[in-house]
This record gives sequence, structure tokens and C-alpha cells, in this order.
Amino acid sequence: MTISSVFREIIRSSLISLWFVFLTFPLMVIKVNPIERVVHWRWGNMLYVAVTSFVLSLFFREVVRRRKLRETRPEEENRAGIALSIRRIFDEPGKRNMLTGIVFCFSLVFPFVFSSYQTTIMTTALMYVVLGLGLNIVVGMAGLLDLGYVAFYAVGAYTYALLNHHFHLGFWTVLPIGGLVAALFGFLLGFPVLRLRGDYLAIVTLGFGEIIRLILENWGKFSQGPSGIANISRPGFFGIHLSLDSAIVYMYYLMIVFVLATIFIVSRLQNSRLGRAWIALREDETACQVMGIDKRKTKLTAFALGAFWAGIIGVVFASKTTFINPASFTFLESAIILSIVVLGGMGSIIGVIMGAFILILMPEYLRPLSQYRMFAFGLILVLMMVFRPQGLIANVRSAYHFEKTKRTFHA
Amino acid sequence: MNKYLLKINNLSIDFGGIRALNRLSFDIRQAEIAALIGPNGAGKTTLFNCLTGIYAFSEGDILLFPPESEKGISLKGMKPNQITEKGLARTFQNIRLFSRMTVLENVMIGRHCRTRAYILGALFRNAATRKEERETVDKSYALLEKMGLAEYVNEPAGNLPYGAQRRLEIARALATDPFLLLLDEPAAGMNPQETSDIIDLIREIASDGLSILLIEHDMKLVMSLSDRIFVIDYGRKIAEGDPAEIRSNPAVIKAYLGA
Amino acid sequence: MNYFIELFFSGLTRGAIYALIALGYTMVYGIIGLINFAHGEIYMIGAFTSFVVASVLSIYGFPLIAIVIMTGFAAAVWAGAYGYTIEKLAYKPLRHAPRLSPLISAIGMSILLQNYVLLAQTSDFLPFPKLIPDFPFMERYADVLGSSDLVILLTTTAVMILLTFLIKYTRIGKAMRATAQDTTMAMLVGINVNRIISITFVIGSALAAIGGLLIASHIGQINFYIGFIAGIKAFTAAVLGGIGSIPGAVLGSLVLGLTESFATGYVSSDYEDVFAFSLLVLILIFKPSGLLGKAVIKKV
Ligand SMILES: Nc1ncnc2c1ncn2[C@@H]1O[C@H](COP(=O)(O)OP(=O)(O)OP(=O)(O)O)[C@@H](O)[C@H]1O
Ligand SMILES: [Mg+2]
Repeated sequence: MTISSVFREIIRSSLISLWFVFLTFPLMVIKVNPIERVVHWRWGNMLYVAVTSFVLSLFFREVVRRRKLRETRPEEENRAGIALSIRRIFDEPGKRNMLTGIVFCFSLVFPFVFSSYQTTIMTTALMYVVLGLGLNIVVGMAGLLDLGYVAFYAVGAYTYALLNHHFHLGFWTVLPIGGLVAALFGFLLGFPVLRLRGDYLAIVTLGFGEIIRLILENWGKFSQGPSGIANISRPGFFGIHLSLDSAIVYMYYLMIVFVLATIFIVSRLQNSRLGRAWIALREDETACQVMGIDKRKTKLTAFALGAFWAGIIGVVFASKTTFINPASFTFLESAIILSIVVLGGMGSIIGVIMGAFILILMPEYLRPLSQYRMFAFGLILVLMMVFRPQGLIANVRSAYHFEKTKRTFHA
Repeated sequence: MNKYLLKINNLSIDFGGIRALNRLSFDIRQAEIAALIGPNGAGKTTLFNCLTGIYAFSEGDILLFPPESEKGISLKGMKPNQITEKGLARTFQNIRLFSRMTVLENVMIGRHCRTRAYILGALFRNAATRKEERETVDKSYALLEKMGLAEYVNEPAGNLPYGAQRRLEIARALATDPFLLLLDEPAAGMNPQETSDIIDLIREIASDGLSILLIEHDMKLVMSLSDRIFVIDYGRKIAEGDPAEIRSNPAVIKAYLGA
Repeated sequence: MNYFIELFFSGLTRGAIYALIALGYTMVYGIIGLINFAHGEIYMIGAFTSFVVASVLSIYGFPLIAIVIMTGFAAAVWAGAYGYTIEKLAYKPLRHAPRLSPLISAIGMSILLQNYVLLAQTSDFLPFPKLIPDFPFMERYADVLGSSDLVILLTTTAVMILLTFLIKYTRIGKAMRATAQDTTMAMLVGINVNRIISITFVIGSALAAIGGLLIASHIGQINFYIGFIAGIKAFTAAVLGGIGSIPGAVLGSLVLGLTESFATGYVSSDYEDVFAFSLLVLILIFKPSGLLGKAVIKKV
């Protein structure tokens, strides 16, 4: 870069910074206390906005500039460095197995090394891994933007809570029921709406999610309203009553099993006839139908399967917290799960796992920053779409190997 | 005369006042290469969309005669995937590949309607599913070799050069085991060398006993390949015949020269 | 009978507010085919800006009329600026991305803006100063139509007339209609499409901010979360009328406002929001083109 272009960039960024100072002035600088009728002028915030937006502007303009350069020289390696090296680890079988082994051993000893508080947090993160992988089937693979995913989660949780409350049914009995009831809801909702265009589908599922929550909130006779349902049983362990601490450890291992099972199932689906049909549907609906794929059936399967997962984890959630109320099932919850999928990389299993850990653990361990949690989620959605729509780890389809004479293949 | 494969009777379709097809009738017979030509906006692609169930036509009917059945099946109200299952396949004028899937997977999608495995098959990978999957891969690879695309097997389809993408579309359509193949401008955007390659390729496909209906603006291709040609303009058929007849037909000359 | 009339006017008032927001949805959708999910947040930011400006002015002792004018102006200007900035940052780079990308970006923007206001201001409900006095001449009708309802109805009508004039008769309006009809053609005939898109965002945002100001002073309190529900309801109204159609947005809003008003008045107020959501789901399923929209067959 020449001196004059550096100078030009600084001028541009200063102007942008000025614009943001203007933009944020009423809300960032002024704060009114309407009761005591006093105005606080927070001039410090103005400086803060000015500096931050100046630096960010310089940074992003540079990113965009480099990206343009790269586009004009396509022969260069055009993938981001970190993501590529992560990808490489997973591509080499030796390294991949070693890494998997380490992660696995670590996760096995985790509850014995760390406190039960840490274990609880980790269990929560694992729940989001499963939720993310479930939503990933719907959004990542089949390309159906489901903004009401939390509704199915709620259905699972309430199925367990109510059956447990009224009929004393245990966790293991309700687990499949919760999943199936959620899948049934998915099926019933999916049937009429899946012919809608993608963006309408998103809004309808969002509306549906809100309807479920509002019903749970207002239909007190059925769901005990906003006060929720308490004293839900924890999962049984062969009839033995567990102390609180061992229940936490038990729950943790349960989630490890669930995560492994989900990874297994999702990766098998991904490389199957059905998984290919989902991805084709995401890429081009019309062409997909013309190639002989039943659009409605394929979408419905994805939708119901995703709902099934949410239902299962709903049951787990209810049994883990032993108390649920409608406030746990707001749109923001759907948005968090969506952020996990988007950050990780739509369709990529490892990406979604990483996304869940980053988004769920980061706010837990960076407590002072936890109030910026939702702000950061929003920011992540925007930034990922603008700069890296394929996510941290882009999904790479598995390769098949052929030899000239004898053809062999592995998925 | 050969057996009918497709009969179109008085087919009409409207788009908010525009009559894109107007009482169109013609038929395709077994083992022939037919061409559909006409000026831009004549309604050629629209006809393909009606044939493959993408547009619902308002009047008339389309009958399809799959090899095993004597009686025709009406395509009215059928969904695109059902029509493909019956044995009609197509390519698109504007390439519509699954661009982030690999080349091989694109062709494997074509096998979807000829295979059965579903959720349980995917999860348990039982013997039947494994066999089916192996056949899918083998058949798809064979098609890629035939279309000269073997070198790209694991490339994302969107990264292929233009000509290869066009051929991949044909391979994908062939994977559905059609008895009648519809090609929408297979040589569009190609240079003379590529065009003559594609002519050979279409001939080779047809020599396997497949019938073809193609839309094309390149007259060299149309005249050298077709057994019969249909000319449409403003959604109406204005002429029909073999290449020699079409070349000398005054209505065709008028439509093309706009006189 | 009085109760019926009261519900009718309160439905109209609601509808008028929805219309102010719904116009932004419909105009943006008409031009770039995007559901601007963050639009509800613009309305919320309009309400918050109004709160800040009106409170400061009233604390410093400005006369009411000056407060009203300056607050309206500030709300419109800042909301417009937010709309402009959001489009440039979150949507413009995605103009050619797959259809769902800008929608996800918009959802992110919506969450981001909500939490920005939460962090910069407060999560509590704030009392909004009363900007519209009770007019003495309205006293006789007070049990069916309040002064602020009247002001809302009049303001909305005036704004609609202005907007119609702008779109029908000005150069910008014509360019907007051309861009909505066919972006490529508009570009070919020399319309600066990017500028038209920006203008559309600015106008839509300013309208939403006026809605925010009116409703805040009508209800008397605001919170960072008000944009979400209002946004979805206005979107429902836009879809009900036929998204992309301006008269449709107004019609849909009035229908939705009246439906809600009568349903909560005569049936139950517990399910107030369920009505709107159910209506949204039903229209999208049974008549996605809405009351005044036309069904289009996607060209292949
Ligand atoms: N979905 C649709 N909605 C509205 N009009 C349409 C639609 N599809 C096609 N048309 C109109 O129908 C007419 C025929 O279009 P079509 O694409 O079939 O032409 P074509 O013969 O394939 O032309 P070309 O040689 O340029 O491909 C055109 O006027 C077109 O604008
Ligand atoms: Mg065409």
C-alpha cells in the first residue's frame, strides 16, 4: 500500500467513526432518569464508540480489500488459514484418530477432575451440541430455516414434565415418547407449511414457536402457566436413588452417550441416499424435484427428525433442571441454537460441535462478558453471513476413490 | 411407424394474460431425435416445464407412453418427481447443478428415484442398502466416464468449467434411467469444437436406444442430429418435418427473419 | 354499542400503528425481496430515541409543542440513519448470496440491536412522557376515542397521503417503482439502484420511528423488547395485505388491528398475541399472496 492510500483509508475510517458517533449519540451518550428527572451525559461512551468504530472500520475495510484481491487471483489458496489447518487435522486419519482419542479420554475423566459445577456447565454444552446437530439436519442439510426449533424442545420437556407429574412415568419411558410427540408436532406443522418458500417457512415456524410458548403460558389448567412445573424426577439409575452430586455425574455421562449416538446417526445420514437428497434440496429445489426426489416427503422427514432430537433433549432438559416454565422456551433460545449451526458451518458435524462449545462455554467462563452474550450472538450471525457464510469449518463432501480397472470406494 | 412415446394435445398455458403456449399438439416416437426450434420467447422452455410438471398447464393434455405400457399416462396434475420416475428426464437451459455437492454426488442424486434406502437403511447400513449404494456409485461413475467427466469425480460441481457442467447435467439426467430425454439448449454458449463434441455425445446416447427431444438455436446441431423438427412461434406450432422440409418452409423463414 | 365503537376505534388506532411499521416491511420486500427482520427493532429504536429526546427537552423546560416537533424530527432522522447503516453493513454485501443468508443476517441484526439498546440504556420499562395533551374538545367523546387515538389516526393519514404522493408523482418514487418491478431493467435505464434501496430503507425506518413515537406516548411506557412483537405483527399485516403492495400493507394493518381489538374485547385478552400469530400462519399456508398481492409462478 502506498502512503496516499493509507492516508485515504484513515480519512475514510475517521468519517465512518464520525457517523457512528452520530448514530449512537442519543442512546449511548444520553441517559435519562425519568423519575428524578436528571440527565446523565456519558461523554466517555462517545470516545469509546469513536475509537472502536475507527479501529473496526480499518480492520474490516482491510479484510474486504484483501478478499477482493484474492478474488482477482483465484489460483492462490483462497481459504482462511486457521480453518484450513483445523480441516487438515480432520483430513489426516492418523492425526484425527489421535485427536479423537485425546478428546474422548478427556471427556471420560472430566467429572472426576473438575467440580460438579463445571460438570453441570459441560452437560449443558453437550445438550446444545445435540440440539445443534439436530437443527443442523433441518437447516444445514435440508436448508429449511426453522426458527421455531425451541417449540419442539418445549414439547419434549412438557411431555416429560406432565407425564411425570400426573402419571409418575419415569425418564426412560418418556424419553422415546417425548421424541415421538415432538416429531409428531413437526410432522403436523410441516405438512401444510413445507411447500412455502424458504423465508416464509422461517417466519411461519417462528410464529408457531411463539404460539406454543404463549399457549403454555396462558393455558394454566394444562401447563400450570408461567409458574411452571416443579419437582420433575431425575433420570433413574437401575432403581438406585442417586445423591445430587452423583446425579450430576450420571447426567453428564448420559449426555456423552447421547452426543456420541447423535454424531454416529447424523454422520451416517449425511452420507446416505436420504442425506444427499436433503443437500440437493438445499442447493436447488426445482432441479431436485426434476431429478425424481419427492420434495415434500424428503423435507418432512428432515423436519420431523430434527424435531425428534429437540424433543429428546427437551426430556433431558426437564429431568436435568427438575423444573421448567415457558420462559425457557423463547425465540432467543431458537436463535442461540441457530447461531451454533451458523457459526460452526452449516452441514458440518465437527463445526457444529465446536460452535456449541464456543457459544455455550465462552459466556460461562468469561463471566464479566456474559451480559454481552446475546449481543455477541447477534453479531456472530451477521458477521458469519457477511464474511464466512460456510461457517468455521466448511462442510466438505466425502470423496470416493476409483481405480482404472478395479473400482473401490469408501464413504 | 414406431410406437408413440409422447403425445401432446392442444396444450395451452397462460401467465397473467400472456398465452405462452397456444393449442400446441405434436408427438414423439420411439428411437428418434426430435428438435424443437423457434425464436426467443416462443415458449420452448415453457413446454419443457409443462412436460416435467414444473408448470401446471391449463388446457389440453400430455400423454406419456412408458416402454412397458401400451396405454398413455396423462401428466396432468403429476408432480415433477413422479414424471421423472415414469422415465422422462431433462436438463435446464440455465445450468442448475447442485453446485456444492461433488460431481459424483450430482449423478448419484439422479439414481434417487431408482433406489429405496431410507432412514433405517442409512442408520444400519444393512446388506441390501450397501449393495444398493455400491450400485449407485458404480453406475454413476460409469456415466461420468461415458461423458468424459471421470477426472472431476470429487470436485464440487460448481467448480467445473462451463462445458463440463453442461455435460454433467446430461449425465445426471441419464442417471434416472429415462426412455425419453429432454435437452434444453445443450450447446448454448459453446464454441464450434465443443459443439461438435456434444453432437457426437448426443448421437452416442441416442444409439443406446434412447429417444431425445432437444431445444437448440444452433442450426448446425439441429440439422445434423434431428430426425424431425418442430417449429413454434408465439406458443403455436408453425411447422413440422424433417430437416430438408423445415429448411425450405416459408413460414419458418418468415418467423426467423421476422419479415 | 359504545363498547363496540370504542373497540372499533382502538382497532383503527392499532391498525394505524401497524401500518406505519408494515410499510417498511413491504417497501423493502418489494424492492429487494428481503424480510427485514430487524425492522421491528428500528421501530423500537425510534421509540427509545423519542424517549431520550423528549425527556431531555422536557427536563430542560422546553414548551410542549417544541418538544413534540423536535422529538418527531429526531426519531425520524435517527431511525432513518439506523436503517441506512443496517442495510449497508448487513444486507448489501449479501445481495447475491443464497436467499436465506440475508434473512439470517437480519435476524442477527435484530438480536444485536435489541441487546445494544438493552446495554446502552436499560432492561426496565421506562415511563414515556405524555406528549399529547387531552384536548378539551374531545372530552365529550372520551369514552370511545381518546385524544391520542385521534392524533395517531390523523398523523397516520397525513403520512400515508404524503407517501402516496411521493411514490406516485416524484422522480424518486418512480425510480422506486421501477426498481421494484425489475432491478436489472432499472439499472439499464440508468437508475442508481443502490441509492434507491438506501432511500427505501431510510423512508421505511422513518415511518416506523413515527409509529414508535406515537405508540410510546399512547401507551406511556417502553422497553427494549417492544420491537419483536410489534415487528411480527406488522409483518403479519404486510403479508395479509399482500407483501410488496403498499395499499395492501395499509389494508392488512387495519384488518389485523380491528381483528385483534374485537377478539380481545369480546373473546379473551389472554391470547392477544396468539390471534396475530395464528392469523399469520394461516394466511401464509392458505393464501401466501395475501389480499391484494398477485400469485407469481417462479420462472424456471
Ligand atoms: N413463470 C413465468 N411467468 C411469467 N411469464 C413466463 C413464465 N415463464 C415463461 N414466461 C413467458 O413465456 C414466454 C415463453 O418463454 P420461454 O422461456 O418458454 O421461451 P423460449 O422459447 O424458451 O425462449 P429462449 O429461446 O429465449 O429460451 C416468454 O414471454 C416468457 O416471458
Ligand atoms: Mg428457453
